[in-house]
Amino acid sequence: MSDAQPLDEAAVEAMVSEALAAIAVADTVADLRSVRLAHTGEKAPLALANREIGRLSPADRKVVGQLLGQARARVNEALAARQEAVAAAETAQALVAERIDVTLPVELSPVGAVHPITGLMDRLEDVFVAMGWEVAEGPELEAEWLNFDALNFRPDHPARLMQDTLFVSPVEKHLLMRTHTSPVQIRAMLQRELPIYVVCPGKVYRADEYDATHLPVFHQLEGLVVDKGISMAHLKGTLDHMARSVFGEGMETRLRPHYFPFTEPSAEIDLKCFVCKGASVGNPDAPCRTCRSEGWIEWGGCGVVNPRVLQACGIDTDVYSGFAFGMGIDRTVMFRNSATDLRDFVEGDVRFSRSMKGMAR
Amino acid sequence: MKAPLSWLREVVALPSDVTTTALSEAFVRAGLNVESVEPVGHDILGPVVVGRVLKFADEPQKNGKTIRWVQVDVGPTHNGPGDADWEGPHRSVVCGALNFAVGDLVVVSLPGSSLAGGFQIAARKTYGHVSDGMICAEDELGIGHDHSGIIVLPTVDDAGRRLEPGDDPAEALHLRDHVLDIDVTPDMGYCLSIRGLGREAGQAFEARFADPVQRATPAATAAGYPVVLNAPECGLFVAVSVRGIDPTRPTPRWMSRRLVLAGMRSISLAVDITNYVMILTGQPLHAYDADKLSGSIVVRKASAGEQIVTLDGQTRRLDADDLLITDDSGPIGIAGVMGGESTEISDSSTNVLIEAANFDPDTISRALRRHGLPSEASKRFHRGVDPNAAYSAAHLVADLLNELAGGTPVEAETIAGGVAAMPTQVIDAALPGRILGLDVPSERVVSILRSSGVTVEVDADQLSVTPPTWRPDLVDAYDYVEEVGRKVGFDALPSLVPVAPAGRGLTHVQLARRAVNRALVDAGLVELLTLPFLASSELDALAIPANDERRQLVRLANPLAETSPYLRSTLLPGLFAAVARNTSRGNDDLGLFETGSVFYGPTGVAPIPSVAKRPSAAELTEIEAALPSQPKHLAIVLAGAWRKAGWQGAGEAAGWQQAFALADVAATAVGATFVRSAAEVAPWHPGRCAALSVAGEVIGYAGELHPDVVRAAGLPSRTCAVELNVDALIRLAPDKGTIAPLSSHPVAKEDVALVVDAVVTAGDVAAALTEGAGALLESVALFDVFTGGAVPAGKKSLAFALRFRAPDRTLAEAEIAAAKGAAVASAHERTGAELRSF
Repeated sequence: MSDAQPLDEAAVEAMVSEALAAIAVADTVADLRSVRLAHTGEKAPLALANREIGRLSPADRKVVGQLLGQARARVNEALAARQEAVAAAETAQALVAERIDVTLPVELSPVGAVHPITGLMDRLEDVFVAMGWEVAEGPELEAEWLNFDALNFRPDHPARLMQDTLFVSPVEKHLLMRTHTSPVQIRAMLQRELPIYVVCPGKVYRADEYDATHLPVFHQLEGLVVDKGISMAHLKGTLDHMARSVFGEGMETRLRPHYFPFTEPSAEIDLKCFVCKGASVGNPDAPCRTCRSEGWIEWGGCGVVNPRVLQACGIDTDVYSGFAFGMGIDRTVMFRNSATDLRDFVEGDVRFSRSMKGMAR
Repeated sequence: MKAPLSWLREVVALPSDVTTTALSEAFVRAGLNVESVEPVGHDILGPVVVGRVLKFADEPQKNGKTIRWVQVDVGPTHNGPGDADWEGPHRSVVCGALNFAVGDLVVVSLPGSSLAGGFQIAARKTYGHVSDGMICAEDELGIGHDHSGIIVLPTVDDAGRRLEPGDDPAEALHLRDHVLDIDVTPDMGYCLSIRGLGREAGQAFEARFADPVQRATPAATAAGYPVVLNAPECGLFVAVSVRGIDPTRPTPRWMSRRLVLAGMRSISLAVDITNYVMILTGQPLHAYDADKLSGSIVVRKASAGEQIVTLDGQTRRLDADDLLITDDSGPIGIAGVMGGESTEISDSSTNVLIEAANFDPDTISRALRRHGLPSEASKRFHRGVDPNAAYSAAHLVADLLNELAGGTPVEAETIAGGVAAMPTQVIDAALPGRILGLDVPSERVVSILRSSGVTVEVDADQLSVTPPTWRPDLVDAYDYVEEVGRKVGFDALPSLVPVAPAGRGLTHVQLARRAVNRALVDAGLVELLTLPFLASSELDALAIPANDERRQLVRLANPLAETSPYLRSTLLPGLFAAVARNTSRGNDDLGLFETGSVFYGPTGVAPIPSVAKRPSAAELTEIEAALPSQPKHLAIVLAGAWRKAGWQGAGEAAGWQQAFALADVAATAVGATFVRSAAEVAPWHPGRCAALSVAGEVIGYAGELHPDVVRAAGLPSRTCAVELNVDALIRLAPDKGTIAPLSSHPVAKEDVALVVDAVVTAGDVAAALTEGAGALLESVALFDVFTGGAVPAGKKSLAFALRFRAPDRTLAEAEIAAAKGAAVASAHERTGAELRSF
């Protein structure tokens, strides 16, 4: 800045034009930063001109001051606008450049899986817990008295045969692998206060063959209620609720008289075949493999607790009555999830557990 | 129990519109599970007719066989024109059997007919003739197994109708029927008979039932063959003699047909008659050759060392608990189970002694198990047989031997013992309704019980009930409840959900166990459930020493496989087998876990208290004390890659680091923290195994497996494993946990690098730092391990990030420096750590 160039309007306008031109061509944030320094920094023409104001007459000072103020505002405004545009353009460019292939395989950690038995067992427990019941447990290696005698199995009952029950050696110890989770019911009646509303899930053992439809070790869920005024109608209502919880609304059940030492009356509970819905009965042209054209699928056993069982647990049978039921969980998974071979349940092929992804089922 | 429908209809007047489906549904509703309804004879279709043999010629063949070229009259509808072989109307067929004569009536299946199993008959050229149909044997019609010759029909059928050529032989052959196969539960032994099923069907359809058991049992008499009862297990023994039967008479077709449909074989007329009457009445019977008996029949228990050769030709050593039928020669039958060979009826026997007896069910049950002899007789006796059926059944046999075999029943008979009175009890008429949850009026209860044969005396709301002799299962008041329930039908019950008192939800232990499972699944492991049986060689493969707890195995008396007679004391062998199975199936990268019971330690003798009342506290304690330890364990096995190599870079092998981290996942899931210390325990690598402890108690191990174990178990190299006691983990974990106030003051971060001997563990150094740093320390974390370079040989440098924070103030520089200094001093003192100064 020299004396030869007075701070007139044209000169200021020239400075502004020069700045605006520079701003207009800056097309990166970095360029814009140098433009900002050149035109608004301490050594920018407008800044230098500003310093000259002190030397002007008071009258000029006001005019020139105003001129320069307006000039600097225009430059700053342009800078801000350009800054925004350049930044937006750069972001847009970056977003294009950073585009990824969303179909690439990704994994946070390996994918685990719960065993289908555990999944269904948890589900069933939750259904009963929601009804106010509790979950009772007991040992798998059990005393013969709890597994048989207390449940009204006479000493000569066929279930006590070595061919049906796995006994601990020597047999004189009266220890065995529980053949059902019913000893847990006995334990519940011996240990808990009345009334009792429990389910007993767990592993059970049978000296059974090992093939597509039989396992020597499988899982049961049993239920027991002992309360005042309990009837078989309560059993039916509970089983209906359970069936609908597990298989969906509209599931039909049937109680069919049967025999068990520990219940009287006893029944088996059948589920309406959910494949043929009973249409295969007496219809050889459309046989059903799921229910063997019987229309019903046997699900489990149940009944009113035999007063002899209550008696062995010291419960007053004049005041209390109860019901009990039990079903095989492996079998339930089999027909609920269309599994075809029970051996897959215990042979440990990871594809079996993985075929039921997730737990909310 | 297989029941031909035609036979059932003979004892119960079922309306003709009752279908087999309706009948089987009624049986199912009453607790008689119909396993199948098999139509028989309905697959025989088309022109199958009676034919009369007109002429035949036997023609020997080159292959050694002789065939018969037969001309038969099959009636005017089916006959063809005369020809060179026979001038009158007829058909000619080739037949392989030779057991018939000219004039015999035979069954001819003509072209266009279809026989058992869908066998289509057509005219075909064979042995130089055109055979215009086939003469049928039993098996071709599905009515028997006999293929030794063709069927020769009688001239009149069992209903007395004359058979003529061209007639339909179905009636004469009892060809078409339905067989209901019924699964009879142990309490309904009386339904192992046409009699019992007929009664149930009669009740279901309110149809008239004609009881085949008509004769009341007379008072004891010894007028017939001498019988001595020397054992209370035999309550009644009826002996009736029939003399002079013709042993050459065949079993009539109707009887053999029914026996075959009921699942039995036709043997000889006398034996078939006893079997027929057994199926009809439920009373097992035995026919002795009277001429082979010597001296009185004595029913007694066996004595030591006695033997018998049973009907099946087997020599059987007898047990002192066996109930025997004996004569002067010794044992002639195991009561209720199987007769003896020495007095067996033969094809020359003419004089027969019929035994109809009643035996104690439990005694028979034990005997049939001991001898492995489930027979039609023992099947019935061990469920209980109506003692009042014996006398009638014996006479039904005698009548049939007279009618069909020409024998003469001997009037003088023996009845040893008698029929005990059934116990009477009083039940509340309202009990059935109350227990069923259904309004069943008193009158309905009474009428149902009476129709079941129960004698009922009504006294206001109290019923005095006495079961019929065929219902030994009606013992307790609740048995009568069931009887009413079966007859009312369970489908009539309302469906009510009982209201439970407020529950407490899952217990802490149950929630904790679920949390562990879920955390491991979320961390990427696959849950398995394996069979819990073990071979001791599997522990050898794990190199588990003799004095290890896991060697205190529990053995099964009757294992499924003699090679694996023990219960598992560790979950690892099961998971190792699963790894091997998976890798053989191409599933290579494995993270598996199982939660389940293991069994070890001594077992005691469990008492068998009375069931009449609650066991005493001492008895219950004794029961618990007899059980071995059976804690729930968790085991994890890792093999192959934890993270596969992929587009993101190199993979990560599953190693001890993951094993440790996954053990920590389990602990964290229940709010516990594992302290790891080096351990040398089988089956782990001695330098790469950590004992896992909580609150100072070691509850498991984790690490890489010993290379020898990896080899012996056929596992991928560097397989890692964890096994821990979940019960203990949950017991030692904090129950509820606490939430400390969160400080909003700034954290001070200080790093220290410490040089220690190479053998010093990072855990010990961290513990020493923590101990020394005091209450201001918020956390300590190892972030670098360095050897070599400026670190002297035999030493290593461990770098830790320390975070300090106070709950109530910003820490001053001096405070931080003091705490850091104290931490380093503690590490120096306890582990020889030197602050790295280079």
